[in-house]
Order: sequence, then C-alpha cells, then structure tokens
Amino acid sequence: MKPAPYAALLNIVLLAGVVGLSCASLMWGETRVMFTHALADLLAGRDSAGAIIVGQLRLPRTLLAIMVGGTLGLSGAVLQGYLRNPLADPGILGVSGGAALGAVSVFYTGLMQVSILALPLGGLAGALGAAAVLVGLVGGGGALVLLLAGAALSSLAAALTALVLNLVPSPYASFEIMHWLMGSLTDRTFTHVWICLPGVVCGGLLMLSAGRALDALALGEDVAQSLGFRLHGIRSVQTRIVLGTALAVGSCVAVSGAIGFVGLVVPHLLRPLAGYQPSRLLVPAFLGGSVLLLGADMVVRAVATGTELQLGVLTALVGAPFFLARVIVLKRGVS
Amino acid sequence: MTLLRACGVSLRRGDRAVVSNASLTLARGRVIGLIGPNGAGKSTFMRLLAGLQPPDCGHVALLGHDMGRISPALRARQLAFVPQQGEPPPPMPVRALVALGRLPHGQVNGHAARHPAVARALAATGLQDLCARAATDLSGGERARMNVARALATDTPVMLADEPIAALDPAHALSMMQLFRQQAGQGRGIVVVLHDLVLATRFCDELVLMDGGATIRHGPAAQVLDDDVMRTVYGVTARRVGDAVVPWALCR
Repeated sequence: MKPAPYAALLNIVLLAGVVGLSCASLMWGETRVMFTHALADLLAGRDSAGAIIVGQLRLPRTLLAIMVGGTLGLSGAVLQGYLRNPLADPGILGVSGGAALGAVSVFYTGLMQVSILALPLGGLAGALGAAAVLVGLVGGGGALVLLLAGAALSSLAAALTALVLNLVPSPYASFEIMHWLMGSLTDRTFTHVWICLPGVVCGGLLMLSAGRALDALALGEDVAQSLGFRLHGIRSVQTRIVLGTALAVGSCVAVSGAIGFVGLVVPHLLRPLAGYQPSRLLVPAFLGGSVLLLGADMVVRAVATGTELQLGVLTALVGAPFFLARVIVLKRGVS
Repeated sequence: MTLLRACGVSLRRGDRAVVSNASLTLARGRVIGLIGPNGAGKSTFMRLLAGLQPPDCGHVALLGHDMGRISPALRARQLAFVPQQGEPPPPMPVRALVALGRLPHGQVNGHAARHPAVARALAATGLQDLCARAATDLSGGERARMNVARALATDTPVMLADEPIAALDPAHALSMMQLFRQQAGQGRGIVVVLHDLVLATRFCDELVLMDGGATIRHGPAAQVLDDDVMRTVYGVTARRVGDAVVPWALCR
C-alpha cells in the first residue's frame, strides 16, 4: 500500500512545480523586464512599464493558467472516477461546448463591441445554460444517462457553433471565432480572472467534496450506495459532480476558450502515483493540470512564430501523441 | 432481537413482478440462507433488504426503523452489503480497499487502514498476507474474500452477502461459511444467498426459499428442502447424505 507520506510528497513536488513555473512565468516573456525592479514598483504602486507588464499582463495570465489547468485536471480526475471510464474528460458533459457556443454567439451578434466583458460572460452563460439542460435531462438517471446526455449536448452545441460560423457575415469575425475556439491565455486581464474565479472556487469545492464517494464508487454503484452515498437525485453525488464540473469548466472555457487533453492526460499520468485511489488523485490532478498549462503557456510564448501558437493547439499536439503512446503501452500490457 | 424485517415486499420491472410478496425476519445471532433457482428474484430481494431500492409495496425495517426513513449514512453504519461479484476492482492495494468499509464511520485513508476493525476483517478472511497486493492481482476467490472483508470492516450488526461463495473452492467456501457462523456468534445477523444446498443446510439456522419472486417457504433446512420442493422448484431429484440434501439427477 502506498503510504500516506508518499501522497503528501507527490503534492509537495507538484506544488513546488506550480510555484516555480509561476515565478518563471512572471519573470520571463517577450519583453525583457528587470523583475525585481518591476516587483518593487508593483508593490509600491508605481506605474512603471515593468510593473504594468508583470502586474497587468503576466500575473493574470499566470493565475489563469493555474486556475484553468487545475480545473481541467481536477474535473478530468473527478469525471474519470465517477464514470469509472479513463476516457472521460471535461468536454464529455457538453458544458465546454455550451461555453464555446455562448462565446461564439457574442462574436456573431457583435456584442463584443459593447464591452470586453461580453465574451467571457457569454461563455459563462452558455456553460450555465448547458449545465442546466444537462441536470434537467439527467434527473435521477445514472452514469450512463449522464454520458449519453453529455454526448447529445456536445453534438448539439458543436452543430450550433458550426451554424454560427457558417452564417457569420464577415470573414474577419469568422477568423476571430476560429482563433478563440483554439484556446489561449494571451491578452487576458484581471477582469477575466475575476469572471473565472467564483466558478472555479465553488465548482472546485463541489468536486473535492465528492472525493469519498468516488472512492466508494470504485467498488461499484451498489457498494457505494450501501456505504451511505446518495448516487441519484437532487442531493446526490452526481448533482455535486455535474454542477461542480459545469461551474468550474464553464467559467474556464468562457475566459480561455477550449483547451483540450489536459483533463484527459493529467489524471492518467498521476493515477499510479496516487495509489489508484480516486480521492487521493484530486489535489494532485489540480496541481498537475496547473503545472502542465503553465508549462504549455511558456512554450507558446517561447516558440517564435509570426502568430503566437494557440495554447489549445499545443496541448492537443502534445496530448494526442502522448495518448497514442499510452494506448500502445496498454495494448502491450494486455497482450 | 429482530435486526431486519421485510413484510410483503414487491417490486415490478415493467410488466414483470421481479419480487412479489416476499418476507423475511432476521434476528441477532442468526444466519439465514436465501436460496432458490436462477431468476427467482434473490438478488433483487437482497437489494430491497439492503435499502438500495425502495419496494413498490410492503415494507422493510432495519432495527425497528422504516428503511425508507433512515438516512443512507445511518443505514450504512448498521447494514453492510456484499453484492454479487461484478465489475473488477481498481488496482488499489487490498488493505486500502478493505479500509473503504470504514467510510460510513467517516474514517478515510491511513486513519481507516489502521483501524482495528480492518485488521480483524483481514485476519478473519485470511487476507493478511495479501493486504499489500493490488486487488487486480487477486484470484476470483481472493476477490470474493476481500469483498466480505470490506463489509466486515464496517462492523455492522447486519450483513447481507449475495452469493459470496460462488467463486470459492471447497476449502475456502467452508471457511467462509464458518466465518459467517462465527460472526453470527458475536451477535451479528447475516443473510446469505447460496446455491450450494449442502453448505446451506449445514451452516444456516434457517433457509428462505424463493421462487418466481416470492418467498415460498422458510424454516429449518429439513423442512424447507423436501423432495417436492427439489422437484417442483429446482427440477431435480435429491438424495440425502446425513442431514445434507444433495441434488442428484434432473427430473425428466
């Protein structure tokens, strides 16, 4: 049995990774700034160029990488545990699709011109709408109903997003939409952080509260129920997980666009290190997701191309081959 | 003292009555064998007894309280359930999985794994030497013992086990039945679904026979398993070896 200090060590190492990469993310960027001077100016409230770059550009970007990456990792771990399906990821519920549709609708209607807040708020409204439909559809149904309802909702959201892309009058708007859908943390401000934060905190707490139930569910639904967990109905574990994931992931997709593979890959990587116990995977999955996205965001900034590589493109580019490698390893293990 | 009582319990799935008018009374210190042919409704009746599903009519009472009104958390501290072996366990260590039996008491991880009830459960099921092994590396029989150990670790007055010895060799099946007897001796009440009529006759205080969703007979094995029952319910003739009823040949 993996002793408790081992799990604690994993968390400490990952936390150190988050702290280290956050510092690197603040210190390093396209424009060279004297970080110590910039920090001193920032703390003293002086509006020097360095302070503005670090405080208003790099800090929100770093915070968002931690929140978005962490949320994707955590929700991936929770959904994989709940559905007992290692292929589950946050996109499976259709909430990301809803957020994307909401944001794309903002592009289409031109509300973007009204306020910078319109885009993330549109995304958030889309995510919450999708979550409400999902909870209504699933009702007292079990994990299978949830999977099917999520798949249906994802398809519908994708179809409607494609419809908007199809109907959008200006090619420029169409390009903007495509660009946004690829996912990015570029040019995000503290406004985005504040929009994202409540959903991430509330959703994250809801998901973390399901840890013990996830352990019990590892033994099957009947055992989990006999161990005292409500699996279906309004006060059930399922409601907490769906609402938690929807709130947190919806808020993240609303500000960052769709970033794939983090929620799928991070729990996979860390599961053996967490002793395969679902509840012990949750915190490492959050920290691991943060580390991955902080790292990926730094790579995006480092790769010198004409246009900045979109974060979602990079995570998919790295994630998909990694996943193929996992499949090959699994296949060898089986045969 | 009555621990668990079901009166006239019925459940329909669509047009089909899966359980109809089934009754059972479990007292402290007793082992009840729930027997019957495949499809008789035993597993569904066990789920109703465990409070995992409410019956359409009739009622189940746990320690004198209506099952429908007891909170799931309280029920879990009074009744442990071992379902039929279904999905494979995750590759967690055996001790960690057995320690999940402490969840109803709010104990988790290391705190749960170090609880004396977990050590007792591992010892009672003979799993001490396997407790560090990944559950996925266990044989079918070892897995069955692990499931019973997890239920024992909760330390409940009532335990329900659905075909716990189906995957066990004769020695382990005997030792599991002895374990149930010994646990009953310590004051627990146990309902166990069995297909092995010889072991059912030897180790159960009472048998409840189900057929077509109903509990059609209950009482000591000698009364329940007569030639007529063996022929009409199981479709076999039987021979008696001492007290035991041994299914012998198919009825033509």
